[in-house]
Amino acid sequence: MDEHNAAIELETRASRITRAIIWLLFVVSASMPFWAESSTLRQFSEFACLFLMAQMWNLLGGYGGLVSIGQQAYIGIGAYALIALGNFGGVNPFFCVALAGVCAALVAIPVSQVVFRLQGGYFAIGTWAMAEIFRLLVANLSVLGGGSGTSLTAVRGYSKWARESVTFWIAVAVVFGSIFLVHRLLRSRFGLALSAIRDSEPASESQGIDVRRTKFLVYLISAAGFGVAGALYFLSILRVSPDAAFGVQWSPVIIFMVIIGGVGTMEGPLIGAMLYFAVSKLLGDFGTWYLVGLGALAIVVTIRFPGGLWGFVARRFGVRCFPVERRVIF
Amino acid sequence: MDLLGAADTIIQGVLLGSLYALFALGLSLMFGVMRLVNTAHGDLIILAGFCGVFLNQVFGVGPFTTMLAVVPLAFALGYVVQRTVLNRTLSRNPLPSLVVTFGISIVIQNLLLELFSADTRSLAAGGLEARSIEIVPGLAVGVLPVIVLAVALATSAGFQWLFGRTRLGRAFRATSDDGEAASLVGIDNHHVFALATALAIGVLGIAGIFQAMRTTISPTDGPAQLIYAFESVIIGGMGSFWGTFLGGLILGISQAIGFRVNPGWGILVGHLVFVAVLVVRPMGLFPKTAA
Repeated sequence: MDEHNAAIELETRASRITRAIIWLLFVVSASMPFWAESSTLRQFSEFACLFLMAQMWNLLGGYGGLVSIGQQAYIGIGAYALIALGNFGGVNPFFCVALAGVCAALVAIPVSQVVFRLQGGYFAIGTWAMAEIFRLLVANLSVLGGGSGTSLTAVRGYSKWARESVTFWIAVAVVFGSIFLVHRLLRSRFGLALSAIRDSEPASESQGIDVRRTKFLVYLISAAGFGVAGALYFLSILRVSPDAAFGVQWSPVIIFMVIIGGVGTMEGPLIGAMLYFAVSKLLGDFGTWYLVGLGALAIVVTIRFPGGLWGFVARRFGVRCFPVERRVIF
Repeated sequence: MDLLGAADTIIQGVLLGSLYALFALGLSLMFGVMRLVNTAHGDLIILAGFCGVFLNQVFGVGPFTTMLAVVPLAFALGYVVQRTVLNRTLSRNPLPSLVVTFGISIVIQNLLLELFSADTRSLAAGGLEARSIEIVPGLAVGVLPVIVLAVALATSAGFQWLFGRTRLGRAFRATSDDGEAASLVGIDNHHVFALATALAIGVLGIAGIFQAMRTTISPTDGPAQLIYAFESVIIGGMGSFWGTFLGGLILGISQAIGFRVNPGWGILVGHLVFVAVLVVRPMGLFPKTAA
C-alpha cells in the first residue's frame, strides 16, 4: 500500500449531485408563492411538517436509540404554544413557530427526567403516557378552548396571500434547513458520539462519551423539531384541538414513514415522507385499509428489510446522498 | 368526605384496579421473560372482547361460555405470533420489536373498525352486570366486579406459582437470565418465549371478555388499556406479579378518587400517580427483593 496516495473522502459523486439538486429545488420552491396555486402551497406545508417529524423521530430513534411513541406531546405543545403566544401574548404568529420549538425543548427538560428512568420498550410507552397527560391537561384548560379546541385568531390581520406565502416560506426553511442542520449535526463530534452510542453503549462510555448527556441533548433537539412541526402544521390549518394535536394517531404515520424509508439514514425519512405523502394523496388520508396496509408493510420491512427502502438501495448500488462517515481512498 | 363515601371510592377503585391488574400481568410476564414490550397488548384485549361479542351475537352463547373458545384462541394466537414473528425481532435494540408490535396494533385496530364499525359494543351477562351485594346499608358492590377481583387474584397467584415453582417457570427464569446458557442446557428458547406470550395473551382472553361485560368496547379503545396496564406494572415494580397486581389496584384507586373529585380528572389523576411513583421510586413500590 502506498500511503502517499491515500486520501480521506467525505464527498461522493451522489452527494455532489444531491447538493446541486437540493439548491435547484430550494430556488424553485422559494419562488412558488408567485406562480403556484394556494392548494399546492398548503400541501407542501403539510409535507414539510411530516418530513420534519420523520427527520426528528429518526434522529431520536434511529441515531439516539430512544424509540418513542409519544413525540405527539411536542406536536401538541408546539401547537398550543402558537395559540398561547399568538392569540394571548400578541407575538407575531409566524415568529411563534420558532418560539414553539423553544417551548417544546423547555418542556422536554423535566419530561426527560421522568421518561429517562424507563428503559427500551417501557421508555416508548412512558413517552406515550406523558403525551396523554398533556392532552388531558390541555383538555381541562378552558382558557385554551378545553376539549373542543380553539382557533388561531392571531393571523386575522394578514391577507390570505401574505399568510399562505409566509407559512409556505417557513415550510421551505423547515425542509431545507432541517436537512442542512441534521446533516451538519451528524457529521459533527456530537453525531459521532450518537452513532457510537447507537452501536454500543458500554463501548462508547469507555471511550469517554457522556452517554446520558448525549441522549438528553438529542431528546431536546427532537422535541424542539416536533414543536416547530406542530406549530407549523396548525398555523396552516388555523384550528387546533387536544385530540388533533396530542393524539396518538400521529405516531404510526411518523414511525412507519421512517421505517419504510430507512431508519438510521439521512435519506430514509425524506424518501419515507415523500412516499407516504404521494400514496396517501392517491388513496385518501388515513383510510382504514390504508392503515392496515401501512402497518403490515412496516412489520414486513422491519423483519425482512431492516434498512428500509433506502438501506436496500444504498447496499445494492453503494449510493450515499448525504454521506456522514468519512472514507479512506487508496 | 363522609366515611361511607370514602369507603365506596376505595372499594370501587380496588374493583376497577383488579381489571387493570388482569391487563397488566401478561405485559409483566413478557417483559420479565424476554424484555419484550408488546404495544399491541391493549388492542388484543379489545380483540378478545370483540370475539366474545361476535360469538354471543352469532351463536347466542353467554359471556362466560365464550371464554371457553376465546381463551384457547388467544393462547394459540400468542404462541403463533411469537413463534413466527416476534422471535425474529428480539435483540438488544428495542426498535424492531416495538415497530412490529405497533404495526400489529394498528392492523388490529383498523381491521376491527372495518368489521365492527366505530360503534361501541358490550356483552350482556343475563343481568349479572346489574346485580350487587350490600355490604352495609348504603354500601354495595357489584357481583361482576367482585368476580373480576377474584379472577385477578387467582391469576396473580397462578403466575407467581408458575414462575417460581414449576419446571416451565424455571425455564422462563433461565432464558431471562441468560438465553445462551439456557439453550446450552437444552432449553428451546423459541418455544419457551412462545409459551410466555401464549400465557400472556391467553389471560387477555378472560380480561377482554370482562372488559366487554363491565363497560363498552370500541375498536380504538386498545391504546388506553395498554397505558393502564403499563402504568400498573411500573407502579408495582418489575419482577413480581403481586407487585403488578397491587400496582393495578393503586392505579384503580387513584382513578376512582380522581373521578370522585371531578369526572374530567379521573384518568389524569391515575397518570399523575404513575409519574409521581416514577420520580420518587423509579423501581416501583413493590420491586422484587428476594427470590
